[in-house]
Amino acid sequence: MAKARVLIRPKEGILDPQGKAVERALPALGFEGVEHVRVGRMVELEAEDPAQLGELCEKLLANPLIEDYEIQQL
Amino acid sequence: MIWGVLQFPGSCDERDAVHAYRLAGGEARLVWHEERDLRGLDGVVVPGGFSYGDYLRAGAIARFSPAMEAVAAFAAAGGPVLGICNGFQVLCEAGLLPGALLRNAELRFRCHQVELIEEGTGARLSIPAKHGEGRYNAPNELLDQLEAKGQVAYRYADGHNSNGSARDIAGVTNERGNVLGLMPHPEHAVDPLTGSTDGLRVFERMSGILA
Amino acid sequence: MTVGTPKHRELGLTDHEYELIVEQLGREPNDVELAMFSLLWSEHCAYKHSRKLLSRLPTAGERVVMGPGENAGAVDVGNGYAVAFKVESHNHPSAVEPFEGAATGVGGILRDVFAIGARPIAILDSLRFGELDSVRSRHLLDGAVRGIGHYGNSIGVATVGGEIYFEEPYEHNCLVNAMCVGFAKTAEMVRAAAAGVGNSIVLMGASTGRDGIGGASVLASAELGDGDDAKRPTVQIGDPFEESKLLECCLELLEKGLLVSLQDLGAAGLTSSAGEMASAGGVGIDLDVALVPLREADMEPFEIMVSESQERMLAVVEPERVAEVQAICEKWQTGSAEIGVVTDSGQIRILKRGDVVGEMPVEALVDGCPLYDLEPVEPGGWIYGNRATLAPGVSAEDELLALLAAPSIASKRWAFEQYDSVVGSRTVRRPESADAAVLQLPESGNAIAVSIDGNGRRVACNPYAGTVEAVLECAQNLACVGAEPLGLTNCLNFGNPEKPAPAWQLDRAVSGLADACAALGVPVVGGNVSLYNEGPDGPIYPTPVVAMVGELPDPARVAGSALVAAGDAIALLGPFSPTLAGSELAKQRGELDAGLPTPDVEKVANACRVVRDAVRAGRVASAHDVSDGGLACALAESAIGGGIGCRVDLQPLRERGCSPEEALFGEGAGGFLLSGERSALEDLGAVVIGEAGGTTIEIAAGDRSLVVGLGGAESAWRSLGERAER
Repeated sequence: MAKARVLIRPKEGILDPQGKAVERALPALGFEGVEHVRVGRMVELEAEDPAQLGELCEKLLANPLIEDYEIQQL
Repeated sequence: MIWGVLQFPGSCDERDAVHAYRLAGGEARLVWHEERDLRGLDGVVVPGGFSYGDYLRAGAIARFSPAMEAVAAFAAAGGPVLGICNGFQVLCEAGLLPGALLRNAELRFRCHQVELIEEGTGARLSIPAKHGEGRYNAPNELLDQLEAKGQVAYRYADGHNSNGSARDIAGVTNERGNVLGLMPHPEHAVDPLTGSTDGLRVFERMSGILA
Repeated sequence: MTVGTPKHRELGLTDHEYELIVEQLGREPNDVELAMFSLLWSEHCAYKHSRKLLSRLPTAGERVVMGPGENAGAVDVGNGYAVAFKVESHNHPSAVEPFEGAATGVGGILRDVFAIGARPIAILDSLRFGELDSVRSRHLLDGAVRGIGHYGNSIGVATVGGEIYFEEPYEHNCLVNAMCVGFAKTAEMVRAAAAGVGNSIVLMGASTGRDGIGGASVLASAELGDGDDAKRPTVQIGDPFEESKLLECCLELLEKGLLVSLQDLGAAGLTSSAGEMASAGGVGIDLDVALVPLREADMEPFEIMVSESQERMLAVVEPERVAEVQAICEKWQTGSAEIGVVTDSGQIRILKRGDVVGEMPVEALVDGCPLYDLEPVEPGGWIYGNRATLAPGVSAEDELLALLAAPSIASKRWAFEQYDSVVGSRTVRRPESADAAVLQLPESGNAIAVSIDGNGRRVACNPYAGTVEAVLECAQNLACVGAEPLGLTNCLNFGNPEKPAPAWQLDRAVSGLADACAALGVPVVGGNVSLYNEGPDGPIYPTPVVAMVGELPDPARVAGSALVAAGDAIALLGPFSPTLAGSELAKQRGELDAGLPTPDVEKVANACRVVRDAVRAGRVASAHDVSDGGLACALAESAIGGGIGCRVDLQPLRERGCSPEEALFGEGAGGFLLSGERSALEDLGAVVIGEAGGTTIEIAAGDRSLVVGLGGAESAWRSLGERAER
């Protein structure tokens, strides 16, 4: 069984309301100079056939219209 | 009695809470999240809604506001604090209440009337619940402690726990008993025109803490 | 991009339209100007195929405070208060990305309402998808419902009603129509017209990115290489948190009298807002795109002008008040930037750091688009398909259960429980507890009722009659809660108007809408048109969605639709003459065909008055309009709602000439199902047909009588959730 971690994040250029809200809140909490915050999801799984992972990401884990994904083989 | 209802960017039910307190025979005003001064207030409500959009984690950003710092001090001094729904989430994130609220087991936001059992008296209250992240959760040892110390305030009645909360817990208090958080919305159960009036009991309980 | 195709055609302009632009400018347009014209002269913005028809609609009335042409319509509800409302479509974006499409649809209609200074107090939505056995339709339904819930719940406006229909003709073109209702002090409402030469133009809210640029991307001057995903036009993402802040900010600014005018940014972004503000005010506007806060660094002027980034508003502010405005925007953590100035040039000038990069006369941009006449041709018969899902010869019981389980008729609880219907403390009648949503207005001492309706299939049978029926259905729903209609808004969802059959459908439907509104004395205060809803199999059902707002004096006197007590008499009131034409039963039998009787508007209106007055006087226990699935379904719904069975005999309908089947399952306007004290119902002129009680639903209808258990009926009626989540 192959272990993998999939990181899913909003596509560059797409509005990321979460990232924007977090980024905006940071200075008030004393954190300056932090920018370009993007908030996504992380999915961990084990797959018998790692070749399926791409399709799995495209069809279910990510919304290819608005998200990018990165598969990390562990 | 004057209650302060906090208002964060994204709060939704703050005006409803103010309105409810008036119907319950009290007086209430809004407290902007940047205000640190709670003088003149007899109690505080952290209201429902989507403070900061629920972004990152529900309540995670609101808990750092200046008003919440003041609320922590107010609570430490024994003042009554009521957290409703998002307010409950904020109080848990702030460590003023034990446990955490997770995504509903059904994975959907659900708005429906639920029945609660008031722990201790067995009174049955019909109150609307409307949330997507209301599943109460805490490690078993902590849950045992809460039960032992009488900190469980409300449980969902049989068949009414649709979010999967541990031990059917709908609301808890802190150890001292002056801070109460619950997921359902008592402020939406105070007017016979819009539903049940069982929510008044929750406000009366809070007022009773001062007595 | 096809080599050699002129840019204007790539942007959707005809050669003739291009020539008109050249004529009105006195020269060829540059890219910025072409982009702006292509959007404002598109069907969506210019209404070029529908504007002439819409002039048939009655828009005047003594209660009208704002009519068509403003961001939203509004009616006077007494004591210095007004209720604003409008419905808009977001069909095509929802078909691409249903969650964000529906969410941004809600966001957009909310902005239209608070742009006139009304605080949004309710949302309703009217949705259409293909049949639920299609994976795609289940996906669209799920996404749209979650998207509406996400936006409405987060911003704290109660979603109190709506409808969802499932029909094959919507398979490739779903419909997502969102309605918002707002409340304001009449004196504090604001119009969109820009005024005051020298006044500042302030852009508030979110920063501007490439959202929704779509087809205009052919104008991008940089070559799009493989690594340039970032430059491709992006899906509009809604941020309800941003809108929540913007909404509070705008209402505070208006309350403090700091704005001369306000306009929301929707389709065609800055181009249409600035254009419409200038046109309404008879002024010119200079905008400098270098002053627009951007989300992406290297945007070109045309992109900035056509971007459809959400959660933005445009305001006209006197120069000495700009600092105050910006301070309030700061307080609410929402952006603000002075981006231009009102002029007396009659031109829209786009500048970049002071250099003019585009300019055109306001009139040419906003009103210069040619308006087209339709070429309607009535089709020879039924142009849609038929699919039988009900075996022939089944019992009346099985027919009733099949109708109750039909996704279009079944309880929509699975959907509406995903919406917060109580926030705001105004909701007196939550979804499915009465025929219309009811919201209390303690400030003005009364209440309002809202209903949104439209059965595309019946309109397809006869666009004129079907549309008249839709208007009557709305009025009937309002009557059931004791409300008198004050105004109507509508969204006309149709196919390609350049084709003969959809053109005919649109033409006849608008006439039906006009005639019904005129006969009822209900003005049209605003609306929206969505055309070109066609798939490979042809056009959607012609779907004029109509919504009415009505007032009622006492929110404590509002009948529900459910039976209340065993022993109550059940009665039928109104000129109900049901037939199977266009009915759900005909659909399930695969027998749909052209033809629908035209209702007698006056008789239905009279019945509405009787029911309304009876409800207000507390003379009925329950009131329910008979619609989809006919009388048998209406009875079942009332019984299930109250948890009480019923026993009725439809002989009175038989005596009017209905066959047993027509009496049970026939549809048509003018039927009210009432329950209460027997003599009270008879005094109204209603015909008593039976009584509430027991645990079964028993309906005698000649040789098609039926008996079903209440539990079985409820299971069928509550089956939508499992079908939706398969």
